[in-house]
Amino acid sequence: MSAESPPPAEWKDRTWRPFVEGHPERAQEFLTSGGIPVEPMYSTDPASEGAGEYPFTRGIHPSMYRGRLWTMRQYAGYSSPAETNARFRYLLEKGQTGLSVAFDLPTQIGYDSDAPEAMGEVGRVGVPINTVDDLDALLAEIPIDSVSISMTINSTASILLSLLVALARRRGVPASKLRGTFQNDILKEFIARGTQRFPVEPSMRLVVDVIEYCQKEVPAFYPISISGYHIREAGSTAAQEIAFTLADGIAYMEACRDRGLDLVSVGRRLSFFFNSHNQLFEEVSKFRAARRMWARICRDRFGLDDDRACQLRFHSQTGGSTLQAMEPSNNVVRVTIQALAAVLGGTQSLHTNGWDEALSLPSEEAARLALRTQQIIASESGVADCVDPLGGAPFIENMTDAIEQEALSLIHEIDERGGMLKAIRDGYVRRAIEDSAYKSQLDQDSGKTTPIGVTRDGEIPEAPFSVDPAVETQRKEALSTHRAKRDQAEVESHLNHIEAAASGDSNMIPVMVDALEAGCTLGEICTTLSRVFGEFQDHG
Amino acid sequence: MARSGPIRILLAKPGLDGHDRGIRLVLRALRDAGMEVIYTGLRTTAEQIVKAAIEEDVEAIGLSSLSGAHETHFVEVSRFLKEENAEDILLFGGGIIPQQDIDSLKKAGFDHLYPPGTPLEQIVADLHHQLRPGEMENDNA
Repeated sequence: MSAESPPPAEWKDRTWRPFVEGHPERAQEFLTSGGIPVEPMYSTDPASEGAGEYPFTRGIHPSMYRGRLWTMRQYAGYSSPAETNARFRYLLEKGQTGLSVAFDLPTQIGYDSDAPEAMGEVGRVGVPINTVDDLDALLAEIPIDSVSISMTINSTASILLSLLVALARRRGVPASKLRGTFQNDILKEFIARGTQRFPVEPSMRLVVDVIEYCQKEVPAFYPISISGYHIREAGSTAAQEIAFTLADGIAYMEACRDRGLDLVSVGRRLSFFFNSHNQLFEEVSKFRAARRMWARICRDRFGLDDDRACQLRFHSQTGGSTLQAMEPSNNVVRVTIQALAAVLGGTQSLHTNGWDEALSLPSEEAARLALRTQQIIASESGVADCVDPLGGAPFIENMTDAIEQEALSLIHEIDERGGMLKAIRDGYVRRAIEDSAYKSQLDQDSGKTTPIGVTRDGEIPEAPFSVDPAVETQRKEALSTHRAKRDQAEVESHLNHIEAAASGDSNMIPVMVDALEAGCTLGEICTTLSRVFGEFQDHG
Repeated sequence: MARSGPIRILLAKPGLDGHDRGIRLVLRALRDAGMEVIYTGLRTTAEQIVKAAIEEDVEAIGLSSLSGAHETHFVEVSRFLKEENAEDILLFGGGIIPQQDIDSLKKAGFDHLYPPGTPLEQIVADLHHQLRPGEMENDNA
């Protein structure tokens, strides 16, 4: 990059103009409220890279939100498939542009709603999905060939993929038309989130099965969303969040390489998921640092010479652990700051939390306000009219470098320990996060960082939302009807195929799709898999 | 009635909830305060929890849930304790417990229910106060 003619002029000619010719911006020109023109990007350092240029510190696209706004994707799910379907249609009607499914814990861990392990948990934190009929009801009257669907599913991602493929067949939709994202990130379950069902190795095999199958059959899906969100919620610092997430990313890339997959194709369909907390400039810098680091990891470690494969695309969600139960309406302001950080940091999609989520799942009104918060940032604040508007500010550039340095040394530590799988197994990652969590709790307890509105004897209001416990009984009845109408011999034979496939090393998805089409359930498949894989056991 | 020596506590997560940040912080704070603490890990049943509590001869059981299934699991633990005639073991809990559920859990035998963000020293102090009242007075003297 030459230093003589500074961007934006040179960057505009080199990168921005060729891009916008093929991808027109939202407006012919962008003006402030007073009529002053807004350039696509500003820069004070003539030698610095521009947006859309490796290593993408300033953004993965040259025009970012001037071309297309981020996807507003609110995570929702509770009670029953039909009730969640109603919330989805409500959100789509209010202008949400993508769906995001929250599954209940039994579904996430691989138990049907009528399993003894599911007692008390059915429909609580998400929707129960055990059969193709359940998924059909969840997505009733929603066009699965045009609405993109994100699924927060990890241990059982392979089964949810298989259910979706079976549903597409039932509806006559080609699998190639399905769009969306599977979280499918098992490593952070072991690190921070806790829904792992099987030991690490077979779990990793299923992760790669999903990536491999999607590459061939469901190419418009992002088969994995490597998540720092939960690592941060568990108490990590910002630098730990990106370091451990990118280290997980390295482990997945290595696993795909071991499977013999083409890493450029894999890289082009990877996505990431980060948290956005209250410290605005720290968060913006974190997103910028993560983008730059991942691009370099892809090029230097994996030898990828392909811009799209090196680009870190990410979803973000505002920080659940920052929400306070006392004076909960204050959370609207926290969510706004955090959402702004994600947008200023160049997120591709965003979930804003409901203000009442420290009390229960969000009420419909809180869910609407959360979405409106994004829409106000997008349409009224003007921040979407300029790419990486904070880039070039000495504070931001220094903070970006500092977070990058700290995260790089953590990744180095993991390399020294023999990679992420070993670092997870030896307890290093959990310990590091827990140390940070303990320190920040002690800071809060000592009054150093007490949130506004929180006092020792402050009142906590009643929860605005509750799940009807009757849903568990209804689900049990529905499943027993479902089981009664199947051909039992056929079910057994499919489960035997699954057991055989699990013992071998071929991709599990095709046999799972067949089994689910024949009426097998998620829980039955997981029980079968656990006979071969064993079960994860936590010893505290 | 009150024992002497280090306070023995069992911490547990009943049900499927994987959020263990809170319980691990409590674990650490109680240990730092000199208590002997056993944590039984994710996904334990009420029966397993009560059995472990009796075998380990603990004076209190602390349960954590952030998945909304506290009513089912917490009440189950208290029911098993009664069945085993071990109601002298103190019960406390933490997590996202809606205000409207607190009364029924208190009736079921839970002395304290701590929301997220509760100062760790408060939990330590409550346990000291209930299990070693005499020592507290000495500390203050």
